[in-house]
Amino acid sequence: MNITRRHLLWLLPAAAVAWEHVLAGTPEASPNYQTSQHWWAMLIDLPNCIGCGNCVRACQAENDVPDGYFRTWVERYHVADWRLETPQVDSPDGGKHGFPPAKEEGGKNFFVPKMCNHCADSPCTQVCPVGATFISPDGVVLVDKTYCLGCRYCVQACPYGCRFIHPKTNTAEKCTLCYHRITKGLTTACCEACPTGARKLANLRDPKDPIHEFLKTHSVQVLKPHMATYAKVYYNGLDGSVR
Amino acid sequence: MNLFRDAGHLFRLAAVFVAGLAFFLVVRGFLVPKTFGEYGHYRGAALEEIAARPVNFAGHQSCETCHAEIAEKKGGGKHVHVNCEACHGPQAKHADDPGSIQPAKLDTAVLCVRCHEANAAKPKNFPQVVSADHSNGLACDTCHQPHSPAIESGGAK
Amino acid sequence: MPGVEGFMYPNEVELQWSVLIVLYPFLTGLVAGAFILASLERVFQVQAVKPTYRLALLTALAFLLVAPMPLQLHLGRPERSFEMYLTPHRTSAMAMFGFVYLWYLMAVLVVEIWLDYRRDIVLMAQSSTGWKRWFYGALTLGSNNISERALHIDERAGWLITLIGIPSAFLLHGYVGFIFGSIKANPWWSTPLMPVVFLFSAMVSGIALVLLLYMLSMRLRKQPIDMRCVDTVASYLFYTFVIDFSMEMLDLIHRIYESDESFRSLDFMVHTKLYLSHIVIQIALGTLLPIALLAVTQVIHLDENTRKRIYVLAGCLTLMGIFAMRWNVVIGGQLFSKSFLGYTTYKMGLVTREGLLTAVALTILPFLILWVLVKLLPPWPQATPERTAA
Repeated sequence: MNITRRHLLWLLPAAAVAWEHVLAGTPEASPNYQTSQHWWAMLIDLPNCIGCGNCVRACQAENDVPDGYFRTWVERYHVADWRLETPQVDSPDGGKHGFPPAKEEGGKNFFVPKMCNHCADSPCTQVCPVGATFISPDGVVLVDKTYCLGCRYCVQACPYGCRFIHPKTNTAEKCTLCYHRITKGLTTACCEACPTGARKLANLRDPKDPIHEFLKTHSVQVLKPHMATYAKVYYNGLDGSVR
Repeated sequence: MNLFRDAGHLFRLAAVFVAGLAFFLVVRGFLVPKTFGEYGHYRGAALEEIAARPVNFAGHQSCETCHAEIAEKKGGGKHVHVNCEACHGPQAKHADDPGSIQPAKLDTAVLCVRCHEANAAKPKNFPQVVSADHSNGLACDTCHQPHSPAIESGGAK
Repeated sequence: MPGVEGFMYPNEVELQWSVLIVLYPFLTGLVAGAFILASLERVFQVQAVKPTYRLALLTALAFLLVAPMPLQLHLGRPERSFEMYLTPHRTSAMAMFGFVYLWYLMAVLVVEIWLDYRRDIVLMAQSSTGWKRWFYGALTLGSNNISERALHIDERAGWLITLIGIPSAFLLHGYVGFIFGSIKANPWWSTPLMPVVFLFSAMVSGIALVLLLYMLSMRLRKQPIDMRCVDTVASYLFYTFVIDFSMEMLDLIHRIYESDESFRSLDFMVHTKLYLSHIVIQIALGTLLPIALLAVTQVIHLDENTRKRIYVLAGCLTLMGIFAMRWNVVIGGQLFSKSFLGYTTYKMGLVTREGLLTAVALTILPFLILWVLVKLLPPWPQATPERTAA
């Protein structure tokens, strides 16, 4: 590092100013953030996923995710020939530490990161008996952990298995799309940590967001489209064998 | 008159129910959280509370504010799109107080193989090696400069 | 991973709903079933079952009082359960629970019991001493009117309450079936037949329970069993069971025929992990055998003692079978992965909050409460003349 004390004289105040809005506790203190200007989604570019597990580790570090539970995880698929209905899938510790070398070279092998799909018509918010889980005005499905009863109905209702009950708070928990980051102009921890750009946060309400061009020029899918959850995590290159 | 006398017990029963309902409505008025229903069927204050969590990853823009030369070196190499904290881990505390909190030195023997160890499920065009054959136990940064690792383009040490 | 075969989504390995959630529909099912049996006499004028009327109502009350306990114990934050009354989410079937339960408990069951017992309560208030006088006095709500007209009004009001009570009982247990049946994420649960199957199996279990309790009570009191009564109850049990079994078979046949994406995974699960609880206990021993036994009594004339033994055996097998059905739905629905690629294991605790001992205690508790209720509000005619007919 070549930063001298002299550099620090102007660097530190500049960094402090830039940092101020990040450390601000509320969206109000990031005065530019309007929920009405955002409709959050995520793009997962599967041909770029290398299964390194950075996203899983970063999510755990950012959100204090307890061991054994996952707000996001990576699955590895092995599809033999035409048998799309019966892939071999594994996800050792959610892919947190990467994957051991694949045993079989034949067939088709690839990684699929999974997370909460922040469904626009989510079955989990539909079944919550008290209104502890909801979709925010900017499209993020969140859990109010001071209100949640821990009845586990939402965990049962999610088709994607992205919810769990936190062992300490005994309330429902899941990916928050790093709401505390995206409302401050940062990207999610998983996107920040992804080395290949396989995960990209997107704002569907921003006409200049690159996702619009991407959606126009690629074939994209969502998981379990027949469930009609209006999921907002779009996968590029999702194979038919993915469950 | 007769009806009231002979059905009096039913009226008393009804009164018990009405009293119970009234009691419930009064108690409910006190217990329902004030911000409930502001944006939808949930406690409106929850949005601000969730957004107020502290961040642990500073984000590469914060890093580049101070570490401009590193950013420049990275910008010319293969790791241009690899954000700082992808390897260095969460550094918000360091960005907040750079003087007193220093990031830990990274062990390239563990770090690099996470991405670059050969695996059949990785994309074919992604640079990957069988580390045992490739480096014979040497640490990766013996030959590769992590911020611009490709050896041909001047990333060698 | 221990206990996991194949692949499960990482968060799916641990079961969410335990044996307590198996117990809850079993208990409310007994409530609904016992009440429907009681309403047979009150609304449909089936005089033969009259001896079981009050006992059925008290049984329903005893089990209804215990029903919320497994729910409270399973909640992650039981201290927040009242939120269902404060801010019920109208799209959630579970949010209905608090209101349906309270409605059924207070506006139907308690009122009906009160109306039917009111004459006895007033008489007991006048004739007892000490705390009993105070207790029965409070129950009279301060009214001592047991004139013929007042009792006639009670009769009419009780008839109306029972009439409302029948759909209320359907709702009390039907919504539980809907809680499972409306989850599109879980193909073992998601079927429009679920509320129907739950309801009919509830009726079966409730009728069986009252049948057994009536026979046991008469035995304990050294009174003769009214055979016309138990024969009628047993025939209702038989016909209801046939309908219940038909519904379950319809669901099964439909699944096998349509063979959608979940079928192979579920089929494998039923033949392996659920073989004992589903094929053996629920279907063979808990449904086919009691139906066969009851069918014999309906077709062949057997002597009294043989019929009594068959009824007791059939009743016990029925209760076991209906409990197994709840187990297979609740636990079975969580043993397979929503990826249809794997299975997990249910690790039931022993002395934990949601463990086996808790479940056993909660199953015994309603009988203790029933014993107290029978002492406070005797279901059988004492020296006083019977209630006048409408």
